Amino acid sequence: MTRSLVLVSAGLGVPSSTTALAERLGVAAAEALRGAGDQVEVTHVELRPLAHALADRMLTGFATGDLADALRAVSRADALVVATPVFTASYSGLFKTFVDALDPDALVGTPVLVAATAGSARHSLVLDHALRPLFAYLRAVVVPTGVFAASEDFGAGATDGVDALGSRVTRAARELAALVAGLPTRRAPLHAVPDDDGAGTRNGPEEVDDLPEPVPFEQLLHPR
Amino acid sequence: MQIGIFSVGDVTTDPTTGRTPTEHERIKAQVRIAEKAEEVGLDVVALGQHHNPPFVASSPTTTMAWIAARTERILLSTSTTLITTTDPVRIAEDYGTLQHLTDGRMDLMLGRGNTGPVYPWFGKDIRRGLELAVENYALLHRLWREDVVDWQGQFRTPLQGFTATPRPLDGLPPFVWHGSIRTPEIAEQAAYYGDGFFSNHIFWPASHTRQMVALYRRRFEHYGHGAADQAVVGLGGQFFMRRTSQDAVREFRPYFDNAPVYGHGPSLEDFSAQTPLTVGSPQQVLERTLGFRDYVGDYQRQLFLIDHAGLPLSTVLEQLDLLGEILPDLRAGFAEGRPAHVPDAPTHAGRLSARDEVAA
Repeated sequence: MTRSLVLVSAGLGVPSSTTALAERLGVAAAEALRGAGDQVEVTHVELRPLAHALADRMLTGFATGDLADALRAVSRADALVVATPVFTASYSGLFKTFVDALDPDALVGTPVLVAATAGSARHSLVLDHALRPLFAYLRAVVVPTGVFAASEDFGAGATDGVDALGSRVTRAARELAALVAGLPTRRAPLHAVPDDDGAGTRNGPEEVDDLPEPVPFEQLLHPR
Repeated sequence: MQIGIFSVGDVTTDPTTGRTPTEHERIKAQVRIAEKAEEVGLDVVALGQHHNPPFVASSPTTTMAWIAARTERILLSTSTTLITTTDPVRIAEDYGTLQHLTDGRMDLMLGRGNTGPVYPWFGKDIRRGLELAVENYALLHRLWREDVVDWQGQFRTPLQGFTATPRPLDGLPPFVWHGSIRTPEIAEQAAYYGDGFFSNHIFWPASHTRQMVALYRRRFEHYGHGAADQAVVGLGGQFFMRRTSQDAVREFRPYFDNAPVYGHGPSLEDFSAQTPLTVGSPQQVLERTLGFRDYVGDYQRQLFLIDHAGLPLSTVLEQLDLLGEILPDLRAGFAEGRPAHVPDAPTHAGRLSARDEVAA
């Protein structure tokens, strides 16, 4: 089975430690998924180039181009790794704007590994007081181990009984793979609409959304 | 094919002068625009319904009746009549009266409205908007078709032995369109009843409109009202024209950049590429509009939004002159290759003769 692993990183710097953390988690998660016998297709969604498109999406109500592709990839992911810098006691506004642009049901049941970066370890609880509730609201399944990296973690080994970054990454990746195992793949659109006119695919890059099938009218008229 | 205009009825400051029209000026402007629409040969003028500032369009049938009295040919419609927060009994009565006064020169388009507080102001709950649209229309449909109605639902007081007066002109209820941007259930509702479906595609990409219309057509056939390509489809559109595209873009850009709906967002160029907005020469508007058929098929009604974003009345009237100039080419283009079995846009006279043919 081919699993789609999608990384979302909201780092603003170039290079970005948030993006570096997401990539590191991506490598570990892909390895863990392959260890379970699956093939893995990794997509990395970086939010910085989508910042203008996200502002437009908030104002117009629809997404186009690369942003539409990114939202679709995330909505159909078998596993997600999300990484944000900590800004003012929480995830960044850009990160939240992207999440706001997702369909509220897009991540139901999707295993998600949450990760964050900041200048000091004093921000590490952002994973638990901001990111976990956000994905709990979306009814995603959040991996028990979240991965937080302060600047100092990029140069630290295991000391005083505290895990080094590397071992947390490996543990979180294995937990993610364990949650994915046993789930059906989500590659197919949730609401498949048959192509009515045979002209091209329904889900070309220009599509905004996949229109769900309506509830049959008799059911709307006479609920229950 | 009917070609016309539709309005939201907003009072918006002209961003180039800082001047805001009064409510009085705006209401009178709507009448002047409708008169002008008839002068240049358009078929339809549709007015909005809103119950909050900055809109003046709280009482559409009053304005429609006034316009009808001052015009002879143009068909009056709405964009939209709020089926959620307006009592269906009042809709039956108001539009039923209008149908008689205009000799059938009217129809209406139902919509739900997306302004949260308007619902509680009328004792309703926006979270039940779809249920309201379904139940209220089910009642309206009966009120115009059954002389005596016994009825009980969730959202209004029950009716026992109720007759909505006046009864429809010639026993033929006003034609109803159901308008929606993105709710498949509204397309389903229109299909179920064999009513018209209007996709206001001015704010969203064509790919979305194509899916919504295709869904409506497929379900229209499913419910036995005819073939999918015989379903009754209307589309929104939006343009700003000048003789040259450079002039059009230069003049319209400040209005676009500050427009209430999409202003301060995407560039005029991006939005024009992503949605049906066409800012350019008459030839460009003509070609773009005739291209709508490529993704919805041959359809029945094309309405354009032209009085918005703070555009002054004089500019709106000039837009109508320009639309009038390309109207013959638009009509010829829409007629080209249109199969004979695709129905014309519904009118009272046309529906009456169709009914009499069936009866004969």
